[in-house]
Amino acid sequence: MEALLAFSRPALDWHALAPELTLLAFGTLITVVDIIWDDRSKQAMPTLAGMGLLATLLPILTLAVDGTERSMFGGAYVVDDFSLVLKALFLISGYIVILMSVDYIRDGDYYENEYYTLMLTSLLGMVMMSSSRDLISVFVALELLSIPAYMLAAWRKGGARSNEAGLKYYLMGVFASAVMLYGMSLVYGLAGSTTFGVIAQELGSGAANPVAILGILFILIGFAFKVSAVPFHTWAPDTYEGAPTPVTAFLAVASKTAGMVALIQLVFVAFPGRDDVVQPFFWLIAALTMTIGNLIALRQNNIVRLLAYSGVAQGGFMLVPFAVAAEAPARAVEAVVIYMAIYAFMNLGAFTVVLAVARKTRSGEIDSYGGLFQYAPGLAVAMTVFLAALAGIPPAGGWFAKFGLFRALLDAGGGWAASLGVIVAINTVIAFAYYARILVQMWFQPVPDGDERPIVITGALRAALAVTLVATMAFGVLPGLVGHFGEVSVLSALGG
Amino acid sequence: MEVTGFDTWVLSLAVFLPLVGALVIMLIPKAYEMELKLVALGSSLMALVVGAYIAVQFDYGAAGELQFVVDKGWIDVINSRYIVGLDGLSLPLLLLSLVVVPLCLIYSWNHIPDPGNPKAFFVLLLILSTGMNGSFVAQDMILFFVFFEVVLLPMYFLIGVWGGEDRRYASLKFFLYTLFGSALMIISFLALFFLSKDASGELLQTFDMRVLTDVAGVGIIKSTQVWIFAGLFMGFGIKVPMFPFHTWLPDAHTQAPTVGSVILAAVLLKLGTYGFIRIAIPFLPEGAIAWAPWIGLLAVIGIIYGALGCLAQKDMKRLIAFSSVAHMGFVMLGIATLTDFGINAAVFGMIAHGLITGMLFFVAGSIKERYHTLEISRLGGLLKAAPRMGWILGFASMASLGLPGLAGFWGEFPAILAAYNPGAGMPEETFRTYMVIAAIGTVLAAGYLLWLYQRTAFGEPTEEFAGHEIADVNRDEWIAWTPFLIGIVLFGIWPNLIFNVTDDVVSGITATVEAIAAGS
Repeated sequence: MEALLAFSRPALDWHALAPELTLLAFGTLITVVDIIWDDRSKQAMPTLAGMGLLATLLPILTLAVDGTERSMFGGAYVVDDFSLVLKALFLISGYIVILMSVDYIRDGDYYENEYYTLMLTSLLGMVMMSSSRDLISVFVALELLSIPAYMLAAWRKGGARSNEAGLKYYLMGVFASAVMLYGMSLVYGLAGSTTFGVIAQELGSGAANPVAILGILFILIGFAFKVSAVPFHTWAPDTYEGAPTPVTAFLAVASKTAGMVALIQLVFVAFPGRDDVVQPFFWLIAALTMTIGNLIALRQNNIVRLLAYSGVAQGGFMLVPFAVAAEAPARAVEAVVIYMAIYAFMNLGAFTVVLAVARKTRSGEIDSYGGLFQYAPGLAVAMTVFLAALAGIPPAGGWFAKFGLFRALLDAGGGWAASLGVIVAINTVIAFAYYARILVQMWFQPVPDGDERPIVITGALRAALAVTLVATMAFGVLPGLVGHFGEVSVLSALGG
Repeated sequence: MEVTGFDTWVLSLAVFLPLVGALVIMLIPKAYEMELKLVALGSSLMALVVGAYIAVQFDYGAAGELQFVVDKGWIDVINSRYIVGLDGLSLPLLLLSLVVVPLCLIYSWNHIPDPGNPKAFFVLLLILSTGMNGSFVAQDMILFFVFFEVVLLPMYFLIGVWGGEDRRYASLKFFLYTLFGSALMIISFLALFFLSKDASGELLQTFDMRVLTDVAGVGIIKSTQVWIFAGLFMGFGIKVPMFPFHTWLPDAHTQAPTVGSVILAAVLLKLGTYGFIRIAIPFLPEGAIAWAPWIGLLAVIGIIYGALGCLAQKDMKRLIAFSSVAHMGFVMLGIATLTDFGINAAVFGMIAHGLITGMLFFVAGSIKERYHTLEISRLGGLLKAAPRMGWILGFASMASLGLPGLAGFWGEFPAILAAYNPGAGMPEETFRTYMVIAAIGTVLAAGYLLWLYQRTAFGEPTEEFAGHEIADVNRDEWIAWTPFLIGIVLFGIWPNLIFNVTDDVVSGITATVEAIAAGS
């Protein structure tokens, strides 16, 4: 009783929470509008959701201009440059996904209002994730971003595959959460606190306690599911193929980024002294994820599945810097952040082209891209740029992302880092082999059914395509644009 | 030299004018075919005019120094800068690249290979041109890397879309090989970035090629140099291509459309050898000394293997492709000697091979267009059917086999001579053995080229084509070919035109290598 009475409300920094609150307000607004105007409001929904995301960027800008690091709830929730950069990335990715969704959701006669509400909710979870520096807030953010995503994956409710996608994603996600929670309980038991700062102090020194190792590994494995790292990737291809394509793009980009953000915070803030556990784990996982993701991607015939496996492999590339977390922490964080930012645009761009082409061909087979260059040269060139970026070929954006990996590895130096570098190099080559299959279809093959009618690209898709294309090329020619954000975000994540 | 006014722009103009042309073409609708072609030719000719201006303004007395240098911020976060400049080593190669592209455009003017689409074809050629020109003037490793890679996709599409029957296989093979090499190359660049120290042991952390040339790898221990050199060797060696990484070349050349083959032979392969001379050797002299005997070995294997490969070919284009492997072997042998004489010969060999083999591919392309086959056994009597083309083929073959008085001679003969007396600290017996083998290679070269010429040009036309009218060299071909022919003769009788320009740079490099060899 005493304790309850002694409860005092924690100090709230409203400015720091403004992005989350704005997002929440718009999510609620959409629901309210839906209840009042019902079907008549459908037209306005994507606009409203998009405005919500753009409005949320405003407080992020003011916070960035303000520049002070804000910490709340005993260090459990931190708003620093690192979190701001990533919040902005989530919101922009979300905005592009909404542009991709407009026509797909409208034409498919799916629930519209709920779709955008759930999308905003999931984004709220991601935005929170980038500020969470505490096991509990990480977990809450994770569930907040995942549960709407489970539903979104099953949005094509008439399709068996979509239901399978949702169910598979849900079951694997819950299983991962359970594993992670168990790990968290072990870590909490040893550290006596859930905040990352305290965990770092308690676990970071001396010989590793077997329980601590188990706890750390379980937590990391939980997130390895989230970022679909091999061998925890099995849900991804089925879910990606079955889910509505915009949702797939959302999962492949935003959701994966959220998992990576959590990993960055865990590895660099919570377990910085435990590189004896963390580094070998990530070395192995990264090497496996790149290689196996790529090898399976070689055998795919469906473009969404191919992009799914390519996404698995790209996730492997992103995991590479974690393997040198202790030797080159600043470079490693920078590399992951830059990779995520560039990946978001190039991958969303590729999915946008897939959506646009599917509007005409109604097919996801790679063969259906035959002769695309003949009847839709613009889309073919755009896709070529995105695939070149994914493969890491200058001057399209992806090369700088890969460059960042190599830079982190060589900064760390040593045989392990160098050998991982060679594995990255080999995988870059394998990856091109399957990206080339799409190029071959688009450029070298005839149109499969002789149907050379041009593709009608709707305004929203055109906008999504323009944003992603410009960003992908700009990052390649002037990598300083994205490099700056990478550099800014490093300093604060490492507390310096 | 203080660079001011217009001179600060010339190199960037030479590099980017073709790209601007490509962007303009993309905005012109396909139906305006003549306008498209004129813009393409115009932009590449403007770049050539800028190139001529550079050649005139170039201070030949200071050919060993970089001129027209521009140094501007680019990617600050990784300390990479937009640095371009050119010296006596870059100048001839840049000019070669600037000359070849407009000639290829003229050659393709009315001969866009199947499946047509001049718009895309010309756009790709122009992008390719920007990548090649940029590679020869970039003085920052990251900038060099970007230009080096820009070349890949256009070439991939040129082979893949406009190529022969096996084009998919050939284009992918070309791409994967080169990509693997460049991935290892960028790792080596980064290693250089992190490990290079200046004379006082301070870490440099720079991609600036001028600085890295100056420090010449003093801070990097030998075993590390050997590793980094290995990465560069893969990157550049695949591009050259050196035995045993050459297998992409015959496929790519055979399948590529004519101008694709010409550009591949005339310029792209040179990016590899240029990389050795510009980057690998001056940055890592100790690594170079350790690797040189092995490079020499692979080079002479390439010479013999390429020649034997030629003797086994039934297809004329494939034969020329294999002869490329042999010729680039001579170039690499020259480089491997690490002597002033040898590397100068290598640079000369690069230019000569570019002109001669480019010419041979042009002729092969025109023969293919007329006979619809390049099977040597089905050809014959070219001198009767189309005498001018027959004579040009003969002339290019003679140049290719290294006839004194023509350009090919000055690439091969000094390279062989240089092997007699390799640079300081290198095994003399080994290189003398290489010399003998390379000399045998020249005999084989004479063998396969004369054999090719006999079977295609002498005698009566085969029954199959007996009644056919075979058109002789037409106007477009004359315009495109004449500069090649003039170059082959001019450099053949006056080799100092090139040697004088390149020697300052090359002797600077070999002096560094010798100093390091003497010190260790």
